[in-house]
Amino acid sequence: MTDLIEAVGLEKRFGEIKAVDGISLKVAKGEVLGFLGPNGAGKSTTMKMITGFLEPDAGKAAICGVDVFGSPKQAKALFGYVPEGAPSYAEMTPRTFLSFVAEIRGYRGAEIVTRVKHAVERAGLGPVFDQVIDTLSKGYKRRVGLAQAILHDPPVLVMDEPTDGLDPNQKHHVRELISDMSAEKAIIISTHILEEVEAVCSRAIVINRGRIVADGTAEDLMQRMHYHGAVSLKVAADRADAAIKVLSSASNVQSVETLGKPNGHLLLRAIPRHKEMAAAEVAALLRAQNIPVDELYVERGRLDDVFRKITMPEDGGSNA
Amino acid sequence: MLETFDNAWIIAKRELRGYFATPLALVFLTVFVALTGALTFYIGGFFDRGQADLFPFFAYHPWLYLLLVPAVAMRLWAEERKTGTIELLMTLPITPFEAILGKFMAAWAFIGLALILTFPIWITVNVLGSPDNGVILSSYLGSFLMAGAFLAIGSFVSTLTKNQVIAFIIASLICFLFTMSGLELVQNALRAWTPPIFASALSSMSFLSHFQQITRGVLDLPTLIFFVSMIVFWLFATVIAIDQKKAQ
Repeated sequence: MTDLIEAVGLEKRFGEIKAVDGISLKVAKGEVLGFLGPNGAGKSTTMKMITGFLEPDAGKAAICGVDVFGSPKQAKALFGYVPEGAPSYAEMTPRTFLSFVAEIRGYRGAEIVTRVKHAVERAGLGPVFDQVIDTLSKGYKRRVGLAQAILHDPPVLVMDEPTDGLDPNQKHHVRELISDMSAEKAIIISTHILEEVEAVCSRAIVINRGRIVADGTAEDLMQRMHYHGAVSLKVAADRADAAIKVLSSASNVQSVETLGKPNGHLLLRAIPRHKEMAAAEVAALLRAQNIPVDELYVERGRLDDVFRKITMPEDGGSNA
Repeated sequence: MLETFDNAWIIAKRELRGYFATPLALVFLTVFVALTGALTFYIGGFFDRGQADLFPFFAYHPWLYLLLVPAVAMRLWAEERKTGTIELLMTLPITPFEAILGKFMAAWAFIGLALILTFPIWITVNVLGSPDNGVILSSYLGSFLMAGAFLAIGSFVSTLTKNQVIAFIIASLICFLFTMSGLELVQNALRAWTPPIFASALSSMSFLSHFQQITRGVLDLPTLIFFVSMIVFWLFATVIAIDQKKAQ
């Protein structure tokens, strides 16, 4: 059993709108799957179905091989879930809230205390352990939601936008936490923050209008951009024409794009004919013509461009 | 079965603790005890009657419950849905029925506590005379059962909306119908345009008539079954409604 999370052909309709339209996915142990998509693409709905909160119109979901809808109680013991906004009972303190969750999860007596203590340490809740949740900052509230999900050290974690609305330090902490746990677990996190995918995810699925439109590593996704592997450079404006000429005539270069004109300089991008082109090669070409280059780097492709290209095909994905 | 009660009990404990996290619970208890006292002595004419019983005390319970029980019930599910904690609760390894039962038990115990706190009236009547304490005990039990039936209705209504005020009003309305349905006033109006069987069916579901049976000292099996089946029915309706409404 390597695929700890498995969903097959999930479908959900809300009135006229098909929120999720046939989503299948598998997540193995050790994998962190980033679930990407614009708002309203069906990310949360899919996660609600995987966790058994929402019954799908069609399809099924299994956690560690246990059917979420066939044996909900057994399946629900096997995962931790951070719903969107990480809701928790506002009038409780982290101590009483987490103790409640531990008791529901079947722990008794001293074990409740050790479980709660462990989760609180991992989530960094120590300083506010006995403070009413309602009075906590957004970051701490989010951590309460996280602590509740990892309390029973489940093999599967499902998190709906776990870092949404956190400040950069808090985001970093949450990502670190996820990375720390990732080796032992199968994790799904939904997000629309693309840097998160590069930071923590081993694989990403992009969904749009309820369907999967891309599936791969961050690197795979970035290769979808036409300028992946292109060389961008900055030259003085008065030598720009010469530079464009040299580059255009090079055998390896398919085309040259002009990106902008900041402070008397010109930004150029040489798109390679094949996916590979050495930056040194471009530098040598220009040096041979005595054209000074201020800056030069190889483009990897930017995830947000890829994201736009995939989820808004009519926009074509801008180059900016 | 044991596991069901175990989980329901854990939920109930959390709920009860939640009630007392704010002063609202104390306000409620105070209002309940003060109102029962005021109604018994001033409007019920407890002293003027010159009888050692608690009839004027229990007579006002249905009317008090009409407002106070929906106030307890309104937050049961409406709040969970509004704050999104229902998603957390329903993805914990418990069944919806366990959650519903737990919440119901907590609210019912809370009303039970309110009832227990009216004990000074019982002491008063025992000091002043020698009442039939058997009747008083069965009246208390009947009152508690009736409160449970009101509460189960309120629990169901609370699942239908995220707005507690709406939950309160609709629950009061339905409870009002069930209370009043046996009265001549309602029955006459019903008989005018519905088949007699409907009017008498509704009359037989009247909380008021059943409760009056008990306060007269007749705690018979049909009355018990009536209130218990009301509770079971409305809790079952809550299970179905939660399943339909939880994600909206």
